[in-house]
Amino acid sequence: MVSSLDKKLGRDLWRIKGQATAIAVVIALGVLMLVMMDGLVNSLEATRTAYYERYRLADIFAPVKRAPDHVIKEIAEIDGVNVAEGRIFGGALIDLDDEPAPIRAQVASLPDYHEARLNDIYLTQGRALDPTRKDEIILLKAFADARDLGPGDQLSATMNGARRTFDIVGLAQSPEFLYAVAPGEIVPDDRSFAVFWMSREALGAAFDLDGAFNEALVQIGRNGDILSVIDQVDRLLEPYGGVGAYGLEDQLSNRFVSEEISGLRISARTVPSVFLFVAAFLLYIVISRIVQSEREQIGLLKAFGYSGAEVSLHYFKFTLVIAVAGAALGCIFGVLSGRGMVELYLIYYKFPFLVFSVDPTAFAVGLAVSIFSATIGGILVLRQVFALTPAVAMRPPAPADFSKSIAFSDAFKRFLDQPSRMVLRRFIRQPWRAAVATIGIGAGMALSISMLTVLASFDEIVDINFSVINRGDVTVSFIEPLADKTLFELKRIPGVSEVEPFRSVPAILRHGRQKHRGGLSGLIVEPRLNRAMATDRSQIMMRGDGIILAKALSDKLGIEPGDMLTVEVRNGRRPVLELPVASIAETLIGAPAYIELGALNRAMKEPYRVSGAYLRIDSSKRDSIYKAIKNMPAVAGVSRKEAEREALVKVMNEGAGGMRFVMAAIAGVITFGIVYNSARIAFAERERDLASLRVIGFTRGEASFVLLGEIAIISLLALPVGIFLGQFLAIAISAGFSTELYQIPVYYSRTSYATAALAVLAAACVSGWLVSRDVDKLSLVECLKSRE
Amino acid sequence: MTPPPSIRHAFRSEGVTKVYGSGPAAVHALRGVDLEVPQGEIVVVLGPSGSGKSTMLNILGGIDRVTDGKVWFLDEELTAMNDAALTQYRRRHVGFVFQFYNLMPSLTARENVELVTEIADNPMDAGEALELVGLTDRADHFPAQLSGGEQQRVAIARAIAKQPEVLFCDEPTGALDSHTGRAVLRVLKGVNEKLGATVMIITHAAATAQMADRVIKFADGQIRDNIVNTSKVLPENIEW
Repeated sequence: MVSSLDKKLGRDLWRIKGQATAIAVVIALGVLMLVMMDGLVNSLEATRTAYYERYRLADIFAPVKRAPDHVIKEIAEIDGVNVAEGRIFGGALIDLDDEPAPIRAQVASLPDYHEARLNDIYLTQGRALDPTRKDEIILLKAFADARDLGPGDQLSATMNGARRTFDIVGLAQSPEFLYAVAPGEIVPDDRSFAVFWMSREALGAAFDLDGAFNEALVQIGRNGDILSVIDQVDRLLEPYGGVGAYGLEDQLSNRFVSEEISGLRISARTVPSVFLFVAAFLLYIVISRIVQSEREQIGLLKAFGYSGAEVSLHYFKFTLVIAVAGAALGCIFGVLSGRGMVELYLIYYKFPFLVFSVDPTAFAVGLAVSIFSATIGGILVLRQVFALTPAVAMRPPAPADFSKSIAFSDAFKRFLDQPSRMVLRRFIRQPWRAAVATIGIGAGMALSISMLTVLASFDEIVDINFSVINRGDVTVSFIEPLADKTLFELKRIPGVSEVEPFRSVPAILRHGRQKHRGGLSGLIVEPRLNRAMATDRSQIMMRGDGIILAKALSDKLGIEPGDMLTVEVRNGRRPVLELPVASIAETLIGAPAYIELGALNRAMKEPYRVSGAYLRIDSSKRDSIYKAIKNMPAVAGVSRKEAEREALVKVMNEGAGGMRFVMAAIAGVITFGIVYNSARIAFAERERDLASLRVIGFTRGEASFVLLGEIAIISLLALPVGIFLGQFLAIAISAGFSTELYQIPVYYSRTSYATAALAVLAAACVSGWLVSRDVDKLSLVECLKSRE
Repeated sequence: MTPPPSIRHAFRSEGVTKVYGSGPAAVHALRGVDLEVPQGEIVVVLGPSGSGKSTMLNILGGIDRVTDGKVWFLDEELTAMNDAALTQYRRRHVGFVFQFYNLMPSLTARENVELVTEIADNPMDAGEALELVGLTDRADHFPAQLSGGEQQRVAIARAIAKQPEVLFCDEPTGALDSHTGRAVLRVLKGVNEKLGATVMIITHAAATAQMADRVIKFADGQIRDNIVNTSKVLPENIEW
C-alpha cells in the first residue's frame, strides 16, 4: 500500500520532470567521468599486471657488450633472483620496397630449445620459430598489420651492417612492447617502428655473439630486493662491458604505460571532482528552490500533524530518487563510455585483451557524492521552513522587502523605466541570490574555459615542438658514435641543405636523492635545427660546461641554475661528471638535458664524435636522399619530423588524448545546464509578477524583458567570474593531464576565452528563448488565483 | 430586461459557454450566458464559488477565452481578437484589481502606478491616481511597508491611472477588514463618478450590492438574476 505521501512524491516528481531530468543528467555526467576514468585506471593496471605475469616480463634488464653464457648462471645464483636468462637484443633497419625511408627496428632472440623463461611472446598468428632454420622471424603484429605483412611474406633487414632477407613465420605481441615506440620518440607509429624475434643461434651469428649474450633478463623472487640485485648484477657484468642494469620501471614501454596510468589516476582524482563540485553547486540552487516553492504544502503537512522527521524524509526521498537515478545513469553510461575509451587505448597500448572493469568503490563513491550534493540544498532550505509555524508557512511569503534598496537618484531614474527598475532592484535587494546564480554560471564557464585551454594547449605543444624547437626535417642516428667527418657524407647527398651534428649518451642524472634515467644531448654552440628555448621563447645558446635542463626534469630533480648535477654516463668510459646547471629550457615533450657538443666530447675523452645529425632537406629530393641514407651502413635509424608530428597529433586526437574532447563536450553540457536552470528558476520566481504584467496590458515582449533582463545581467556578470575561475581551473586540469613525457602548458588563448564566453551567451539566448516561450504560455487566470 | 436603444453597452455577450477540460472530466464553468452591461454603471456580480462569475469576468477582461459564444466590448468583438489584440485591449481600456493585489514588490507605490502610466495612451499623473485613493503620503513606500488596505488602494490607483473605460475588481475587499473595505469601495465609487468608468465588482460580500447600479447573480454557470438597484446606498453607509 503506497502511502499518500509517496503518491504525492510520485506526482510531484512527474510535475517537475523536466527539471528533475536536467538535474539527474548533470549528476550522471559527473558520475560518468568518475566511473569511466576510475575504471580505465583499474582496467589498465589489472590488465597490465595480468599480461606481464602471463608472459613473464623480466623485473630487471641488464644490457652488456658481450658476456659469455656461463655468467647467466652466476646471475641466477644471486640471492633474491628467481630466474635469469641471457638473450641477444639489437637494432636493425628494415627496407621495404614501397617505403623510401629505412624503418627502425629492434630484434630480440628467443631460446632455441625451450620456451622463453622470461619476456615470452604472444603468438597471434602463424607458428613458432624452427631452430634449425636461420632465416625465420616472428614479426610484431602492429607493424605487420600497418604494413600489410603476414606469415609467408618476406622482409629484408640490415643488422650489424649486413643485409639479409627473412621469412615471416608468425606474428606476435609482447608485454615488452606494450607501447611500441622507437627509442628517442614518444609516440608510437606502427608504420615506422618494427620489432622482430629470431632464433638465438641465428641472431648470435648475426651479431657475432656465439656463446654469449648482450642482455640479461632477471626475475626477482617474492622477497628479493631489486636494488641490491641490480647492484650485484652490475658487478658481475662490469668486466664484460655492462652498461648498467635497470628495473622494469625504467623500461621504455613500461615507463610510458606507467606514465599514462599515473597521469590518468591524477586526472581521475581531479577532473571528475571538479565536475561533481560544479554539479553539486547547481543542485543546491535548483533543489533549494524546489523546496522553497513547496513551503505551503510543508506548512499544511505540519498542520495535519506530520512530524518534522516525516516531512524531511518525504523531501529526502524526493532528492534521493533524482540523485539515485542520476548516479545509476552515470554508472551505466560511465561503463559504456569506458568500454569505448578502452578501444582508443588499444590503438596505442597493444594489449592482447583489455577488459573494462570498474572497482565497485567507484560506483559507491559516485552514488554517495550524488546523494550528498542533491540532499544538501534541500536540507538547508527545509531547516528554514521548519523554523516557521505551520500557520505562517501556509500563508504566502510576505512581499519581499525592497525598502532597503538604494534609492535611485532622480537623474538616474530618468533613464530607467519601471521594468528596468524591477530588474535592477532585484539585484540590489537580493544580491546573494544573484551572486549564487552568477557564480554558478561562472563555474560552468570556467569548466569550459579550462577544457578549451587544455585543447588549445595540446595544439600549442605540437606547434612549439615542431616549428620552434625542432626545425629539422630528418634526424639520422648512427649505430655508434662516429668521427665527425661522417657529416661530410651526409652533406654531400644532393638535396641536403643543412647538417647539424649531435651526440647523445645514456646517463643517470642525480641531484641529492632524486635521480633520472635518461641521457645527455650534446648540441653545437648555436643550434639551428634542434634548439633549446627559454620560457619566453628566446633561444638558449650552448656555452661552456653548463647543462641546460628541461623544466620537467629540473622540477623532478629539484635543481636550479647554479646547482651542480651529477651525471653518470652509461657508455664509453662511463665517466661520472659534476656539471653546473646553466639554465632551464621550456620543453613540452620529453625531458632532455642539453650540453655543448665539444664539452660533452671532452668530458667523454672522445673528441670529434657524433651520434647523428639533424638534416634540413629539399623535400622534392626526399626519396633519393632516403635511398642514399639507406645505403650508409653506419645508420641506425632515420626519423622524419612530419611522421612524428602526425603520430603525435593522432595520439592526441584519436587516442587517450581523445578524452579531452569528451570532457569538453561534458563541460559544454554542464554550462548549458546551469544557464538554463538559472533561467528556469528566475522564471519560477517571477511567474506571478510576469502574469500580473501581462494582465495589466504588457505585451509578451515587454513582460519577457523583466525576465530576460535579469538573465542577461546574470550572464554578463558571470563572464568575468568565469574568466577568473577558469584560469585556476585550467592550471589544475592541465596539471592533471601533464605527464613526465609531455607537459601541458597553460596556454591562455583569447580564442578559448572568447569561445567559452560565446557559449555562455549562446546558452543564455537559447535558455532565454525557451523560458520566454513559457511567458507566452502563462495562464493568466491560474496565476492570479494561485498565490505562489 | 432590454435597455432603451440610446444606451451604449460596455459589454454584450451571446451564448457564452466555457468548458475546462474534456470528456467525462469536463467542467462547464459557463453554460450559455447572455449579458448586457450599460456603460458607466457600477455592477456587482454575486454568486457562490464555482458559479462562473470569475470566469465571466476573466473573459470580459480579456485574460481568458470562451469555448463558444460571442462577446463585444463597445463595438469590438473580443472573441474575434488574437492574443496581441487582447493585450492591446487590456492595455488601453481595462483596469484590474485583484484580491491579492498583485503588486510588484520591487517597485514603490508610485512606481507600481507608473508601470501602467508608462505604457498607457492617455494616463493621468501617477501622483494624481494615488491622491484619488488617498495615498499621496505613502507614494514612496514599497509594498512590504504598506498594510493590506493600502496595498489594495495602490492596486486600484494602478488600475485607474490609465483612465480605463472598464474596471474589473475580483474580491477587492476580500482580504480586508470592514473599515478598510468601505474605504476601498468609496474609492471605486469615486472612480466611477469622476472617470465615468464602468466598474464590475465580483464579491462574496452581498452587502456590497447596496452601492451597485446593477446586481447580477450567477448560479451553475448561468445568470440567475439581473436586477437594477433602485435604492443605492453610499459605500460609507453599507451595513457589513
